[in-house]
Amino acid sequence: MTMTLPFLILALLTLAGGVAAMTLRRLVHCALALTVAFAGLAALYLNLGAEFAGLAQLLVYVGAIAILIVFAILLTRGGDDVSEPSFSPAGLGGAVIALAVFAVLAWAVATSRLAHPASTPPAPSASMQQIGIALMQRYVLPLEVIALMLTAAMIGAVILALREKRAASTAPALESSSR
Amino acid sequence: MNPLAGCLLVSALLFAIGLAGALTRRSAILVLAGIELMLNAANLNFIAFWRFGPHPEALTGLLFVIFSIAVAAAEAAVGLALILAIYRFSRTSDVSEITEMKG
Repeated sequence: MTMTLPFLILALLTLAGGVAAMTLRRLVHCALALTVAFAGLAALYLNLGAEFAGLAQLLVYVGAIAILIVFAILLTRGGDDVSEPSFSPAGLGGAVIALAVFAVLAWAVATSRLAHPASTPPAPSASMQQIGIALMQRYVLPLEVIALMLTAAMIGAVILALREKRAASTAPALESSSR
Repeated sequence: MNPLAGCLLVSALLFAIGLAGALTRRSAILVLAGIELMLNAANLNFIAFWRFGPHPEALTGLLFVIFSIAVAAAEAAVGLALILAIYRFSRTSDVSEITEMKG
């Protein structure tokens, strides 16, 4: 069995989105291309039969993280900053390193016995009920840890983003005391 | 080429793209976006091995991806808040210009 046409189309869409996100010069365009890459990945998950992961990817990445990145770009005035040089020695070094990493990974995939099973198994079923039962029984401890971590991350993000107000109110006092 | 190897190659290419972006781009936000792309490439590997692996009924790969998405969301929120805090302090989000951490 070979790869199907939908998989190829979705993979091309995802990779094109990724390349555009990393090479375009305007940051807002990069964020839009990144959204395309995330949506393509969600479609790839759906194509592979992982409905829950695909929909979670769509909600979290396309819905939340893309919006967060656009907000960060606009809040840091990165939208009008296009002074990045298109070619630099550091850029060449990074591209060479990335190419080397891809060559090693592709070599590993091409030579691994694990990546070339004799037959393709039938599509496994992963209903919401099965996932819910697994989350509530076998994976209940990781679920609780994730809940705690999300709470901590939310509080941490709010504190980090709020720091300026306190610093602004104490900054004049600090300046006058240092002089 | 069989489907599993195709998935792994797409994932490797996506990882390389994210790595190249994280290493070469100068905007801190795009460095974070490159890291997100690398995380997503790893997730695609988990889904591919779950789909074509020997024991899909255990749901291990699928649940790992769900937890990984939650961790990535927390990481993006904290990372972007850090970038905002650094921007307020030094008035730039260019990682090559942020050269000092103290003061």
